[in-house]
Amino acid sequence: MPNMDYLKISQGTIYDPANGVDGQVRDLWIADGRIVEAPTDPTVRPSRTIDAAGLVVMPGGIDMHCHIAGPKVNVARKMRPEEKRRGEQMRRTSIAHSGSMGSVPSTFATGYKYAGLGYTTAFDAAVPPLGARHAHEEFDDTPCLDKGFYVLMGNNHFVMQSIAQNEPQKLKAFIGWLLTATRGFAPKLVNPGGVEVWKSHQAGNVSGLDSDIDHFHITPRQIIRGVAQAASELRLPHPVHIHCNNLGMPGNWHTTLDTMQALEGHGGHLTHVQFHSYGGGDGDENTFNSKVIPLADYVNSHPNITVDVGQVLFGETTSMTGDGPLGYFLSKVYGGKWFSSDTEMESGCGITPIKYKNKSLVHSLQWAIGLEWYLLVNDPWRVVMSTDHPNGGSFLAYPQIIRLLMDRTYRQDILKSCPIEILQRSTLNDMTREYTLNEIAIITRAGPARILGLKNKGHLGIGADADITIYTPHENKETMFELPRLVIKSGRVVVEQGEIRDPLIGKTLHVEPDYDHDVESSIQEWFEKYYSIQWRNYPVGLDYMHESCVIPPR
Amino acid sequence: MVSSTETVAVPGALKIVTDATCTFCGCVCDDIDLTVQDNHITEAKRACVLGKAWFLSHSIEDRPSCLIDGKPATLEAGYDRAAQILTNGKYPIVYGLSDSPCEAQRVAVSIVDWINGTIDTTTSVCHGPSGMAFQGVGEVTCSLGEVANRGDLIIFWGSNPAESHPRHFTRYSLMPKGMFLPNGRKDRTCVLIDVRKTKSAKAADQFIQIKPRADFEALWALRALAKGVELDPEAVLRDTGVELSVWQGLMDKMKAAKFGVIFFGMGLTMTRGKHANTEALLALTRDLNAFTRFAAKANRGHGNVSGADNVVSWRTGYPFGVNHSRGYPRFNPGEYTTSDTLANGEADSAMTIACDPMANFSQPAREHLAKIPFIALDAKETPTTRAAAVAFTVATYGINTGGTVYRMDDVPIPLRPAFDSPHPSDFEVLTQIEKRVKLIKGITS
Repeated sequence: MPNMDYLKISQGTIYDPANGVDGQVRDLWIADGRIVEAPTDPTVRPSRTIDAAGLVVMPGGIDMHCHIAGPKVNVARKMRPEEKRRGEQMRRTSIAHSGSMGSVPSTFATGYKYAGLGYTTAFDAAVPPLGARHAHEEFDDTPCLDKGFYVLMGNNHFVMQSIAQNEPQKLKAFIGWLLTATRGFAPKLVNPGGVEVWKSHQAGNVSGLDSDIDHFHITPRQIIRGVAQAASELRLPHPVHIHCNNLGMPGNWHTTLDTMQALEGHGGHLTHVQFHSYGGGDGDENTFNSKVIPLADYVNSHPNITVDVGQVLFGETTSMTGDGPLGYFLSKVYGGKWFSSDTEMESGCGITPIKYKNKSLVHSLQWAIGLEWYLLVNDPWRVVMSTDHPNGGSFLAYPQIIRLLMDRTYRQDILKSCPIEILQRSTLNDMTREYTLNEIAIITRAGPARILGLKNKGHLGIGADADITIYTPHENKETMFELPRLVIKSGRVVVEQGEIRDPLIGKTLHVEPDYDHDVESSIQEWFEKYYSIQWRNYPVGLDYMHESCVIPPR
Repeated sequence: MVSSTETVAVPGALKIVTDATCTFCGCVCDDIDLTVQDNHITEAKRACVLGKAWFLSHSIEDRPSCLIDGKPATLEAGYDRAAQILTNGKYPIVYGLSDSPCEAQRVAVSIVDWINGTIDTTTSVCHGPSGMAFQGVGEVTCSLGEVANRGDLIIFWGSNPAESHPRHFTRYSLMPKGMFLPNGRKDRTCVLIDVRKTKSAKAADQFIQIKPRADFEALWALRALAKGVELDPEAVLRDTGVELSVWQGLMDKMKAAKFGVIFFGMGLTMTRGKHANTEALLALTRDLNAFTRFAAKANRGHGNVSGADNVVSWRTGYPFGVNHSRGYPRFNPGEYTTSDTLANGEADSAMTIACDPMANFSQPAREHLAKIPFIALDAKETPTTRAAAVAFTVATYGINTGGTVYRMDDVPIPLRPAFDSPHPSDFEVLTQIEKRVKLIKGITS
């Protein structure tokens, strides 16, 4: 194709673990937003050549679990003016909008900052279906990224009713319909069943996988099993994304292990698993400890399970969750302002400011438990870097996490600033493992792409999306990763050394699974009985998307 | 972004638009069936008295789409002049937005960003204090369908939905047979609290008339009772105008409810105490969650005022009153809110969108607005459009144009327009102005 407009990245040191390339010097040719074969005709010249000699080249980063768009994110922005004035200010330029930072940046600031960090794809992890249209509207104002979201359904009445009536086919069809109607990407379970109990009782929640859920008289275990099975039969690119019951509670590791077992071999992703790996009990701080070892052992021996960490970093942030009862619990612990919202038939929400302190034993342990997860899962393809932005900390902390994983001395130095008791409650001090650059490339891009079923992302092979980050190597890996030399999205240079060059909007990644459309009449009947908007006004039209990209089934 | 006009063919020149959305008030009822004939809506099935008036009295304005200094002009000339006004100013302000779809609101915020201007919405003169109170204490709330399905104790405070939101009772709060309230109204208790006996009192089981300007005291008396603090009956009567036993009776009901909801209105937010009143109400709601489930919700007025809060928040991080003079957003209600930037004589140019400050702002604010060049977008002629340097007559959202609006509980709903207008939409006008502003300011994105 002699007339093609080529971009060439010349002589970069390439880390492309999906294609087995670990630090080899090669050229990359890009045309039409994708990586292509080098032209066979030697007279063909690229219209631009980027000299990457001495630089590190990786696929663009993929954040598979963050909170960046939709109803609760926007409430958090509104709720926290106090942290914005003293934070970094994002000035407008002749090509980019202004924005505000704080723990929950405005939409444009979110896109620019992710891109500035070398990330080119991000997934919001918890959108209530009734707010799907809102999330899509915000995506349209979030530049430089391809985006998608997971659809809250662990407390959805139709889901629970189908399980109660033992109708797995109906459940499967409903999930297919709901993902299609919301233009969502994957089913998300948040404290399955627990939010429904919270809606019906003061401080209500479930206590474990076999608790009774009001009205429906089913258990969280049935929801997990049912949705995992349906997701697997629908051959969704990302099966079921699970925020387990009992988040943050001492002793919750039993619930987490139960959840892994409840998948019964179906694929499942356990998210922000750090928050679910605690020993101890009865809210007694003195018994709180790490239980990563038995959980990581289970993950290591069960290839159907993947996790992201939800690393905690010290500092101030905003906790936001679809887990209503958790929001109530945290607001009581921290005593700050508290937002809670229950969405009809679907979900809940809790938001409260939070500050993680390295002088606090509990917070230090949470920090250490996160790091233990990265270091104890043997296969880096099944553990993904996340802070559950902004819950454990901002996505802007990723370079710091990379340094903690690649530099054992630095890790030990931070550990020394924590309360000494941490040494008895966690095994972090004994861990000598250090990540390689190739492993970092796995847990930040190649791995999440594979877990999400994104065949064109997370690698640099022929046909891949030309989402590429070029770093300047540095001994201090935080320095190296916090300011990429160049970020390319869909074949266009979007950021150079932190400066926005081309704030393109990016695609919306969503699924359209095959499902039995006969179910729609019974969904409609149920919907019209209990929802406060019209059936026809519920599905989100394609016109809400800047550019739709349907990800095919597995 | 604009939903296409969906019609069902009917013999003759009639057409029917089903599931149309009424944007007259914050209820945003989306179940209206419109009958349209010759660019008139002849029937609006299920609409309330306000909605019927909104739809049935709508006609295409027989006036130019653009007036410059009161004289008919081409749209092109209007766009050019508007861009000049906005870029010549040192302190340009953009105000209104609550009767525009989100798609237009987004363009308005872009323009403000490019001109280093100040953006503010009508929230600042209605539930702005609620927004500030929310920033202080948070809010426990729920969607309106949740009220319909679970709310067994419904309290209206400083709000008169019988006249302001006529379908509130039947659609969301009192009459619906909800999932856990199979008998509808019979399963619910309704209490109205206000300084005067409004038409909503008829719908309530109990009316509590408090002393004017005593909302704050009444709410704190309830907060004390919730926590079991002993109160002096005489002081309570003196401060609230209501016997302590009445408040105690109400608190007993609140604690006995399974899912209580307090809807509050401008009777709370625009009287003495303003945001402190709302803060007390939101704190009371939060307190009650130590005993049962309780939620609070502002009864918002304009059709898309909640959308304006959302759009301005996601783009700037703040809900209203946002200044960009330093090139990045800053928030300060009382300084960057429009009644203040005008009354203080700071704004030197303006654009008003779907609002009428010349009719309802303070005299100093109106006098200053009259002195500065400004652009007005409105579907109708108003005192504001008459005083504007450039006035655009725009198509009416929800009737002539599509887009998205957010109901008072932040649920986004698409619009289904009934018929076309010869006038441009505010989205089109703002997009054209933005194009020119970007050229003048050298913006290349």
